[in-house]
Amino acid sequence: MSDAIVRLSGIYKSFAGVKALQDVSLTIEQGRIHCLVGENGCGKSTLIKIIAGVYPRDSGSVVINGKEYEDLHPIDSIREGIQIIYQDFSLFPNLTVAENIALNEELAAGRRFVNWRHVRRVAEEAIAQLEVHLPLDARVEEMSVANKQLIAIAKALRQNARLIVMDEPTSALTEREIRRLFTVIRRLRERGGIAFLFVSHKLNEVLEIAETITVMRNGQVVSSGPAEAYDTARLVFEMTGQRIAEKAYDYTPDLRSPALLRVERLSVPGALHDVSFELRAHEIVGVTGLLGSGRTELALALFGLLPIASGQIYIDEQPVTIHSVQDAIRHGVGYVPEDRLTEGLFLEQSIGRNIVVRTIDRLRNRFGLIEPKQVAQQVNDWISSLRIKVADPALPVKTLSGGNQQRVVVAKWLASNPRLMILNGPTMGVDVGSKNEIHELIKKLARDGMGLLVISDDIPELLQTCNRILLMRNGTIVEEILPRATNENELAAKLIED
Amino acid sequence: MQESLRRNVFVRELLSENQTLRLFIITALIFVAFSLLLGERFFSVRNLQSMAVQFPEFGILAFAILITMLTGGIDLSIVGAANLSAIVAALILTRLSGDGGAGVPLAATIPLAMVAALAVASLCGLFNGFLVSRIGITPILATLGTGSLYTGLSYVITGGPAITTTQLAFIGNGTIAGVPIPVIVFIVLAIVFAVMLNRTSFGFNVYMLGTNPRAALFSGIHNERVLMRTYWLAGLVAGIAGIIFLARANSAKPDYGATFILLTVLIAILGGVRYTGGFGTVSGLVLSVLSIQFLSTGLNMLMLQLSGSSAAIFFRQFAWGALLLLVMVVNYYVEQRRQRST
Repeated sequence: MSDAIVRLSGIYKSFAGVKALQDVSLTIEQGRIHCLVGENGCGKSTLIKIIAGVYPRDSGSVVINGKEYEDLHPIDSIREGIQIIYQDFSLFPNLTVAENIALNEELAAGRRFVNWRHVRRVAEEAIAQLEVHLPLDARVEEMSVANKQLIAIAKALRQNARLIVMDEPTSALTEREIRRLFTVIRRLRERGGIAFLFVSHKLNEVLEIAETITVMRNGQVVSSGPAEAYDTARLVFEMTGQRIAEKAYDYTPDLRSPALLRVERLSVPGALHDVSFELRAHEIVGVTGLLGSGRTELALALFGLLPIASGQIYIDEQPVTIHSVQDAIRHGVGYVPEDRLTEGLFLEQSIGRNIVVRTIDRLRNRFGLIEPKQVAQQVNDWISSLRIKVADPALPVKTLSGGNQQRVVVAKWLASNPRLMILNGPTMGVDVGSKNEIHELIKKLARDGMGLLVISDDIPELLQTCNRILLMRNGTIVEEILPRATNENELAAKLIED
Repeated sequence: MQESLRRNVFVRELLSENQTLRLFIITALIFVAFSLLLGERFFSVRNLQSMAVQFPEFGILAFAILITMLTGGIDLSIVGAANLSAIVAALILTRLSGDGGAGVPLAATIPLAMVAALAVASLCGLFNGFLVSRIGITPILATLGTGSLYTGLSYVITGGPAITTTQLAFIGNGTIAGVPIPVIVFIVLAIVFAVMLNRTSFGFNVYMLGTNPRAALFSGIHNERVLMRTYWLAGLVAGIAGIIFLARANSAKPDYGATFILLTVLIAILGGVRYTGGFGTVSGLVLSVLSIQFLSTGLNMLMLQLSGSSAAIFFRQFAWGALLLLVMVVNYYVEQRRQRST
């Protein structure tokens, strides 16, 4: 009993009438690596925030290190040695590595003047514990995502962490960086007896690192036990409640028909050079490559957000100039951006407003005024046709889960009837179930005659949804790949090849 | 649990969701409190009339702050622009139809003076819009600069002293069906702004741009155009206020209404307009204008009663500053509570 750091039982929590957690119990034991898996919107993040003391629970009990907390505040949680590393790491980008690691305790010690030698020593010690190398005097904003994460871990250690909670820690890491992170985690667990709660939906990683697994679905714990009892199939089954088999999108375009989009020798200094390709109606063309390969820049150039230096874009075989988003829209191009939170959505505004933002001009009456009835009609139509899970369309869109938020962005574009959609990372941060539904939606749009460009580095996604895949490297297309002529391993190898 | 949940939702709505109702209650409370404290001196037809001719001056200007704040900006140049347009109007009136003027009939001069005032104010607004949307200068700095520029221009034109003319007094002192004309102008503006913000695509885009300009860009909203129009409208509103200044004071001078900037920002914040953009309503603003007028008159009378001196005017300055800070602090805590509970 006394070995548990955190013992939650019978936790209930709801937001504006939507039940986020129902009767959730979770025990995290000392020095164990515990993985919490589940689709987006299943309640994982809410649960973390309850452990952190950020959200008050509606009912249930929270026992930390044997002590029962009626009303847990963030400061209690930190005092008990619980450190949460969120996806944004909560670091100060303009301070150095050493300052980020050590300044907290300088402040906590109530010193008026900073002892810089002490700061350095503290930071060195913390990094030595991780057995990695980090430049102490570099500013954090110059560091890679992986290094920022290690800095956040080092900072947590300095605050006497006994349980480190990591929210989706691998989503922005390369394969090699994931290895390094896992090594660090295992080392800290063995030497320091530190427990980890690892929140993820990347199943192979979960199976690799976890000692204990808890699966959540729809705000409830559906199963929990030692990692040995799980394999991928069981995890998928527990997470989604059904077995999912996706059918690939097999389509052979008629090469004699005119192309919907033709790009010839498109160049943007420092980003793209000599990019040429065609896209026909009914096609789903994948664009893949590593970060910095030019995949996002290609989308931005086609959407009028990057000035094109040379080359020509043709729509329906007619040469067009796209200098602005308005130009792109006029030619029937829609774009679901990479960063949903800052580029795709108006987080604080209602779900409804986010859906009609593209088409508000069409929802006016004969006096030229917006007709609330028409707006409500359109909002409800899209909510039901894309099956967006909504308590009330008047709630801010930020209250939705990742998958539902992404559907709102897609709905916004579909409402304006684009002929060509560019989707950049359409299922990033989206759970397994929603992911499949978004894939099905993409395929349906293509069958109905739209042309789609799917930018992604999710290999199974590319193989399952695209009829062709363009591989980009250093700002240009290096190879065209047919999904049925390759497999996951081969494509993964090509992706990271130099 | 169910019961406490329901109560929680109710409390939350009262606190933040239903801001208009909350403001309405506050405004009514202020009114009742002063009526009880000051009796007939406050709660009388005469005092109500006197308040009614005071608030439109800054009340109209507050619409300029509302719309710019909704886009996440601000317009600090409105008082400068209002005075500049009032001076242009006064010049036209005195030179063309005043004593020793060109002798043009007033019926022609008055429309000309008004159109000129609005044109000058529009130019002021468009210049702000250009600096903010094309050059990308932070609105607070751009309009701080242009405000000083417009005031400076006014000094150059007048050489310092006020230009006096009583030719617009019929607007300043006139009534239609017993309602002072400035109040009617205020009401018309309130209706125009409410319709524009809630029922036109421009208004819709103002809210969206103010919430997240980057997402607005990615959604095909013409950000530059929306900002240009926003600052132009703010300028136009300043021009209307300028005409009211001239009509009420019977003179135009470069340094009229120096306290109106702080006052209008206070009104917007008190009225629930979020200074980071994207949120705020006309009804909140109107209620806020009224409560500020009640407070202003009430405090004045109270101070006069207590000290019997004109120190009241200084105290009011102090009170506005303190109230602005208080409202911001309260908003901060309300917001925190809201975030904790959702």
